[in-house]
Amino acid sequence: MHATTTQSNSHQVPVLSLHGITKIFPGVKALDDVKLNLYPGEVTALVGENGAGKSTVVKILTGIYQPDGGTIYVDGTATHLPTAQAAAAMGITAIHQETVLFDELSVAENIFLGHAPRGVFGLIDRSAMVRKAAEILKSIGAEIDPAQRLRDLGIANKHLVAIARALSTDARVVIMDEPTAALSHKEIQELYELVEKLKAQNKAILFISHKFDEIFHIADRFTVYRDGQFVADGRVDEINEGELVKMMVGRNVNQIFPTRVPNIGKDVLEVDNMSHPTEFAGISFTLRRGEILGFYGLVGAGRSEFMQSLFGITHAATGTIKIDGEPITIRSSADATQAGIVYVPEDRGTQGAITALPIFQNITLPSLKQTSKNGFIRLAEEFALAREYTQRLDLRAASLDTLTGNLSGGNQQKVVIAKWLATQPKVIILDEPTKGIDIGSKAAVHEFMAELAAQGLAVIMVSSEIPEIIGMSDRVIVMREGRRVAEISRSELTPETLVRHAAGI
Amino acid sequence: MSGSNTATEVANVIPDRIKSRLEQSLKSWESLLMLVAIAIFIANSFASPYFLNAWNLSDATFNFTEKAYIAFALALLIIAGEIDLSVAAIIALASTAMGAAVQAGAGTPVLVLVGLGTGLLCGAFNGLLVTRLGLPSIVATIGTMSLFRGISYIILGDQAYRGYPADFAFFGQGYVFWVISFEFVLFVLLAIVYSILLHKTNFGRAVYAIGNNPTGALFSGIRVARVKFILFLLTGLMAGVAAICLTSRLGSTRPSIATGWELEIVTMVVLGGVNILGGSGTLPGVVIAAFVMGLVTFGLGLLNVPGIVMSIVIGALLIGVIALPRLWSKWKHR
Repeated sequence: MHATTTQSNSHQVPVLSLHGITKIFPGVKALDDVKLNLYPGEVTALVGENGAGKSTVVKILTGIYQPDGGTIYVDGTATHLPTAQAAAAMGITAIHQETVLFDELSVAENIFLGHAPRGVFGLIDRSAMVRKAAEILKSIGAEIDPAQRLRDLGIANKHLVAIARALSTDARVVIMDEPTAALSHKEIQELYELVEKLKAQNKAILFISHKFDEIFHIADRFTVYRDGQFVADGRVDEINEGELVKMMVGRNVNQIFPTRVPNIGKDVLEVDNMSHPTEFAGISFTLRRGEILGFYGLVGAGRSEFMQSLFGITHAATGTIKIDGEPITIRSSADATQAGIVYVPEDRGTQGAITALPIFQNITLPSLKQTSKNGFIRLAEEFALAREYTQRLDLRAASLDTLTGNLSGGNQQKVVIAKWLATQPKVIILDEPTKGIDIGSKAAVHEFMAELAAQGLAVIMVSSEIPEIIGMSDRVIVMREGRRVAEISRSELTPETLVRHAAGI
Repeated sequence: MSGSNTATEVANVIPDRIKSRLEQSLKSWESLLMLVAIAIFIANSFASPYFLNAWNLSDATFNFTEKAYIAFALALLIIAGEIDLSVAAIIALASTAMGAAVQAGAGTPVLVLVGLGTGLLCGAFNGLLVTRLGLPSIVATIGTMSLFRGISYIILGDQAYRGYPADFAFFGQGYVFWVISFEFVLFVLLAIVYSILLHKTNFGRAVYAIGNNPTGALFSGIRVARVKFILFLLTGLMAGVAAICLTSRLGSTRPSIATGWELEIVTMVVLGGVNILGGSGTLPGVVIAAFVMGLVTFGLGLLNVPGIVMSIVIGALLIGVIALPRLWSKWKHR
């Protein structure tokens, strides 16, 4: 059933082993019967797309989530990890991208916060703490004075303190979740050396990264997940990049996308050389009527930031935007809405819907000019508009004055989309439109998107899900590190090309 | 909601409302507050034989009218998630400006313009600090509270401006008809205007949206900064209106004028059912709250309760008011 499982190293016993782990969130199976083995003195890379279930596994290993099924074995013994403390006590520790540290405390205090060595009367044994901190820092090759205040250190050294903190609990299993995301080239080299030191100390390391060069440089083993399911594992030296990419993206047969014959018309939106001081640079493209343009990239590629600047939220961007050939200036979301560009954000709870207001008020909020007369509200018109668009989207709710926050995620998303359709836009930008909603609603959103395009709306879809990008897009722009790195037409669209461009390999 | 109908076959028609608006308004905070007002009214009429007298009741309205003008605008500002604590200091500065204008020989129309203009300028200053510089409004307006009143003290010291023209007295002392004072008429007019503004216009809808979720409002194409700026302007303007009426009523300006009013005004707004964290509240609630506070202070005055005890009562009222809505919502959701 599973593609490749190597039988070598059977003499070695995993320190930590997951068997048949399942984790269910409302409407979504985040993990479905997955396995994972971590061996002492070896680095195992966990590989998968966004949404493959990697971060859910990390949260289960660190006691933050409880699995709904399956068993965790530590040293071959079935174990429960009910809390973060329990996980720490079993010697499992995680180095996250943003470990919380305290600027005003000393390095040693940061390392031992919460589990400092105690002396007489239960008071903190300062000299022991400083001595132990120095030992740990030395073991990872960090030349930092444990008595120094943290605020006086640079970013890279702070990162080392975070690592020292993770190791201060006598960890045997170290989880590194995208540890290189914020590091420079030189710092990454230092991190590699550190990983080698940890291996030499016989620690088992779980290394999570999107970057293939890192995986092939540092990892001994790999495990691939896709859509919450285990795909394959084995030794890194027995495979190549191409094989790994294939395992990651292998077509998911469960999802069915609407068949559509694109009816593409004239240019609607022309974006030329849009740049932002820090988030993105030199983005140009043209969008046509009836077209669905996919934007693919890894998390942090700058897609959302770019879209929000197109919608007038992020300022400071330079470049020109034309709608129907007319240059326009967008300084605010109100300007964008007026020009016919609307944005359905990824973060439904805070950006998309105003959950404390009723459904009809959410829907009419950007269209109040239509439903009012001289600035005075006309309730009948408001309800009529809300009724029309909630019916078009097949919204399920008790009444139109139900609070939006009382709806399910999928129905809230419908409210947000209805809100924007009521403004009769020219361009609709959907940012991760199906993230976190159940399969049924997903299909409904996809179908609706196809319908909108068929009616002549120009659609931009930002998505990190490869099946969705391939299933829905007429054309795809791939972004990496704030730049447009590729434009792929529908006929040339394959998972492999998408991943290659997004990861830069 | 029950899944009895075969959903995909039948056209999905969602009713507009389930509860009638009457039912919603009867179960509201405003209804409860109205009962409190009636109870205090009855208690007062038993407590003092002088209470149920048309002229005495008319006098009682002066206890809240000027504060209520500001409370109306401040209610909108607080619903939008901001606050202005400098309103009493704006009164002081506007009154000082009018006093200075009198010294320069200005007549009543100019005085009114100076009062309103000073209020608008102060409101604009607060608005710029919050919407342009992004300062938290509570900090910015505590700062301008000291700033505005400080300017008054520098100009006046322990002196006072007097000599306001005779026809200027109409705003604070004039009667439109029998016992109905100009201030009370203005109170009713402003109550209606602000009720319509908050409950019947697109602007009012934007105020609620911003107060509930400023990010969501921004992502819905609302000009959040502009709405907030206008609200600060309105609050400043109303402080100017209150300054005209109060100066006219007192006939003089001292830098200590209206000291401590900001807390009474905030109390009035919160008592009216406005959530101090923003997002909810109604204007009719604030109108009733104005009556409640006026009746309480006037009733205590008739009973010869000294001023220091009155401030204790106001303080207790404020705490009670913050606690009551929480108890009330617990009761309602049972």
